[in-house]
Amino acid sequence: MTNYSVSAENIRKNFGRRLIFNGINFNYSNPGVYGIAGSNGSGKSTLVKIISGINAPTAGKIIHTYNEKKLTFEHLHNHIGLVSPYLVLYDEFTAYENLNYFAKIRNVPFDKEKIDDLLNRFLLLKRKDDFVKGYSSGMKQRLKFIFALQHSPNLLILDEPVSNLDNEGKDTVYKIIENESKNTIVMVASNEENDLSLCSEIIYLENYKTTK
Amino acid sequence: MAWKIFLFLLLSFVSFAGITFPIVEKPIAWYQFPYIPGLEEKAKIIFFHVPTAWLTVVAFLVSTIYSIKYLRKRNLDDDAKSYSAAQIGMIFCILATVTGAVWAKFNWGEFWSWDPRQTSIFALLLIYGAWFALRSSIENPDKKATLAAVYSIIAFFTVPFFIFIMPRIMTGLHPGSANDTNAGPVVNFKMNGNMQLIFFLSLIGFTILFFWMWNLAYRSIILKDKLTNENYLQ
Amino acid sequence: MKKAYSLFLKDFHSEMRTRYAVNALAMFIIVTISIIMFSVGQEKISESLAGGLYWVVIFFSAMSGLSRAFVSEEERGTSLTLQLIASPDTVFSGKFLFNIFLTFLMNTVITILYATVFDAFVIKNFALFLLTFILGNLGLAVSATIIAAIISKAGAKGTLYPVLSFPILLPLILTGVQLTVFSIDGTKIDEALVELGILLSYDVIMLAASYMLFDFIWKD
Repeated sequence: MTNYSVSAENIRKNFGRRLIFNGINFNYSNPGVYGIAGSNGSGKSTLVKIISGINAPTAGKIIHTYNEKKLTFEHLHNHIGLVSPYLVLYDEFTAYENLNYFAKIRNVPFDKEKIDDLLNRFLLLKRKDDFVKGYSSGMKQRLKFIFALQHSPNLLILDEPVSNLDNEGKDTVYKIIENESKNTIVMVASNEENDLSLCSEIIYLENYKTTK
Repeated sequence: MAWKIFLFLLLSFVSFAGITFPIVEKPIAWYQFPYIPGLEEKAKIIFFHVPTAWLTVVAFLVSTIYSIKYLRKRNLDDDAKSYSAAQIGMIFCILATVTGAVWAKFNWGEFWSWDPRQTSIFALLLIYGAWFALRSSIENPDKKATLAAVYSIIAFFTVPFFIFIMPRIMTGLHPGSANDTNAGPVVNFKMNGNMQLIFFLSLIGFTILFFWMWNLAYRSIILKDKLTNENYLQ
Repeated sequence: MKKAYSLFLKDFHSEMRTRYAVNALAMFIIVTISIIMFSVGQEKISESLAGGLYWVVIFFSAMSGLSRAFVSEEERGTSLTLQLIASPDTVFSGKFLFNIFLTFLMNTVITILYATVFDAFVIKNFALFLLTFILGNLGLAVSATIIAAIISKAGAKGTLYPVLSFPILLPLILTGVQLTVFSIDGTKIDEALVELGILLSYDVIMLAASYMLFDFIWKD
């Protein structure tokens, strides 16, 4: 059991007058891996943003509860960790500075041991004082995982988690997913068989696209 | 249909009466207007200029109300309503500015003299202009509607400054300004009964005209939108 | 509040590294002041003209640098990161703090430069000028911040910034010009209370409106 739950009630999203998806319902309150699948342009990233409270749905509601209490949008961000291809960290800072500012702005303690451990697992410890500007896309992707995990979120959302990663990186990510899913809700949005095979339940977005 | 004929007759009568009824020293007959020192025949502009200025404000208000509605409900129909109200408001705003400037040339000697009300309508023109510039720069219809709504609400908060405060720090020339010793306040005292009647008939006529134009405009926008997205009707 | 301050520190640190806004601001101050100097030439400008031109410099310099707060995040795609780590109120407060800092820095430099260059710009009532300066800067920072947020989401159209800001800033600028002329005249504060009240209510109204509406801009 976890003290966190996330549920969707009849989520609909339009872009202008065009319907992207409709009637999305789910309720996840147990730790585990849950998937969101759909071809390119089916609205995976949009649904991810709606779940994390960044986008507003056109209709319907996303409800996050923590210790039986509903979380308002204002307090949501410290419970969620998100990795997404659209995520960009600050180029002009080093990895360490980035993580330090994030902790400060979130107003959570900067746990040096934990950060170093994460950096070590993602093979970035040696480069922690280098500017993110000089990172390769794979290194940036790994840094995003540390960004998503640093505040020990209750809900981890991974949008195309293994893009830009080599095999070693992919293994680390799968290990992380396995570890985290023991006591947090992990949602994975992806098209890759390997990613989706980890999930116990999958929302297929194509099915929602048919209208009328 | 009946009300369209009524509106046509009303506006015809107002135009006819507003232009042809004579101005005399001591009005006796029902079709005579009183003589107002400093304004004379030029007083007749009140039947046409004031309604356009009034509609500029009404249109802006309607547009803002539907902007707020859009932000609450996220229904693009409300954005279409807000947009079309602003479009018509822009037309009336230009009309009010031009008719006012022409009148000012003959009454004050200058087309433009930064009287508080001239300044205010200039600001309204700028706001409308900026608003349309903002809208045309955004592709995504939701974003366009949201940002335009936010901007129009922010702009709306500046309106009281122009209406109530500008006249306090600048001297006014308009009939009815605080320091106008000649002609003001026109609406309350110097107009006799029939002049007031025609003035208010004109206001009512123009207001109905606005809501009719607005209704046609937003309905056509919504239909056009739906036609271009035929396959995705909700 | 502490979070907003941390965000301010982040922006400050980033600005120290890139110096993007500060460079643009400095160049614009120099450019506008020199254009005015060239066009004035040897002629003596009146006190009221000096007060008006002072605000011309402020407006154009502000339009060059104050949009950076949001535009830089949006251009680089880091808005999503900010959305993930902070609530909209925190983001607005942080950016507002940063713009307050920039506005005060910018206007202090402008005032000093302007006063050395133009002889007509002599402040007789310094207390009134200081009040105008503080209230004016706060109002400028609020409006500049919220409009910057709008244009950043509209796709960072640089030309749009002054176009959208001008009507919103107009009441502030008109009152500011009036008060600046008063402080050059040496008008007493008691006689300028109405104008100061207008400036204060502008600040309060714009601040309230911005906090109310920022959510809608920020959540896309």
